[in-house]
Amino acid sequence: MDDIESQTRDLDRAFAAVKERSGLAKFRHTLGRLPVLPVSVLIGLFLMAIFADLLAPHDPTLGKLQDRRSPPVWQEEGTSKFILGTDQQGRDLLSRMIHGSRVSLAVAGLAIVLGMTFGTVFGLVSGYSGGWVDEIMMRVVDIFLSIPLIMVALVVTLVVGKGFMTVVGVLVLFSWVPFARQVRAETLQLKALDYVALARVAGASTPRILLRHILPGVVNTIIVISTLNVGYLILTESILSFLGAGIPPPTATWGAMVSDGRNYLASSWWIAFFPGIAIFITVIAFNLFGDWLRDTLDPRLRQMG
Amino acid sequence: MAVYLLRRFILMLITLVIVSVMIFAASRYSGDPRAMMMRPGVTVEQFEAWGREMGLDKPLPVQYLVWAGKVLRGDFGVGIMQHRPVLDIIMERLPATIQLGITSTIFALIGVPLGVLSAVRRGSAMDYVGRVFAIMGQALPPFWIGLVMILMFSVQLDWLPAAKKSGALSFIMPTITLGWFGAAGLVRLVRSSMLDVLDEEYIKLARAKGVSRQAIIWKHAFKNAVIVPLTYGGLLLGGIFVGAVVTEAVFGWPGVGRLTIDAVLQNDFPVLSALTMIFTAMFIGANLLVDLLHVYIDRRVQLT
Repeated sequence: MDDIESQTRDLDRAFAAVKERSGLAKFRHTLGRLPVLPVSVLIGLFLMAIFADLLAPHDPTLGKLQDRRSPPVWQEEGTSKFILGTDQQGRDLLSRMIHGSRVSLAVAGLAIVLGMTFGTVFGLVSGYSGGWVDEIMMRVVDIFLSIPLIMVALVVTLVVGKGFMTVVGVLVLFSWVPFARQVRAETLQLKALDYVALARVAGASTPRILLRHILPGVVNTIIVISTLNVGYLILTESILSFLGAGIPPPTATWGAMVSDGRNYLASSWWIAFFPGIAIFITVIAFNLFGDWLRDTLDPRLRQMG
Repeated sequence: MAVYLLRRFILMLITLVIVSVMIFAASRYSGDPRAMMMRPGVTVEQFEAWGREMGLDKPLPVQYLVWAGKVLRGDFGVGIMQHRPVLDIIMERLPATIQLGITSTIFALIGVPLGVLSAVRRGSAMDYVGRVFAIMGQALPPFWIGLVMILMFSVQLDWLPAAKKSGALSFIMPTITLGWFGAAGLVRLVRSSMLDVLDEEYIKLARAKGVSRQAIIWKHAFKNAVIVPLTYGGLLLGGIFVGAVVTEAVFGWPGVGRLTIDAVLQNDFPVLSALTMIFTAMFIGANLLVDLLHVYIDRRVQLT
């Protein structure tokens, strides 16, 4: 008797431990494994973008020509007035980089949110409908996958003209595709499950089934794909800016800043060098955070590279 | 197989038609095509005669068909920058891009052995090198890699020619600039795919049987692990075309990428639209090629 009682008590304790772990403790456990460096870089970036006006020591678009191509402070002719030096128009590089973070984050953020919304709806409808609707919708995806992005971006920019919304629009044209494919694949799996059939028997409408019963099942995937793709979008935005198809001057964008420095590479390396570092750090932070999020939330997505 | 090829071929045609409609629409939207022929002293009659000659008095769908018919015969019109047939201009520039594309693809392929070594010696210094190589390749802006290399190896050290295509040495920096991103993706995919396969029961069996380490890695594991990265191959080749635009802009490479940028800067619509069509066709062709390779390697894949 005693033996059985003590065994039940042990079991109870074990259950309690598991229960506790699955709640707060699990959350704490996950939090403890957060990649500290990428997350702090990202928080810093967001703060920098929000408070750019307060943080930037100089006006990002105005410079005096007599200050032009002043080297960073640690070089012989550098002054503490311009910590990272100035560009060919005498504008403070640090201030322009701080303001440039706004463009990168706003463009990539907007493009990913719009692409996510459209791609998720597309994938849900395609996967849930099945049949020829699904077939046609997936062929549309194939078509988008087989058009080279940069060419479309350049043609669209040439026709519509440069601007913030042009860049966002061009990026959205392509950012929705991974969402549509992955959400469709998972919708196909989910819709075969009993609880979805039950919901249908109970009289739930199709939009209700999609939004209340299937969407929650793909949320993790959506979050992971978003984070993993932000870095790529920032990189693409910088490439468009570098090629002169981004947001037009005098707005400071990291890609255009590197392009500004191209002609002064031999004499004033810093103009092209520092904005590139900013892109690199931002993209790497998003990628590492995205990797961690994927391993935590949805390891199956690892095959997406 | 035949059905599959037919389906792919039809989809390819549809894609090209859609792209061509988009380009045609864009070219009409961007303005009257006669505007670029305007010179002082052109009379109204002459202007309207041009319109009839170019078929601008006909309805838009007819105009599209006329234009598409010309494109099919390789007639993309005359370039604005250089008053020569667009196709001639492009053909002249294509070899330089293809040469660079080949060297860059080869460079990108070092991602495969690097990924395998990274997985096999998981946690070692080799793994660390492979992963850093991958993480950097996916986060460094390609144009910046190019410029920093020019700064280091041409300006500071004077080892390599900074710009312009000359001998074999001039290929080194553009190749790395163009190939690194693809190589990085391959390292990551091959590594994770290899780790999954090495965990399988049949690998343990082979090990228990006493199969040599090399044979396990390359014969048993690699063959299966390479399937997933292979689907990425099409994107890799496509990425090379697109990356050529950036790379050639940085190095002043005399290929079609550089031509693309010039066309954008000069508003040369005939050249840009021809380039878009040709790039899209190559992109689709590369994807088809990779799919066929996929079937050849993985007999389990059913083509429908």
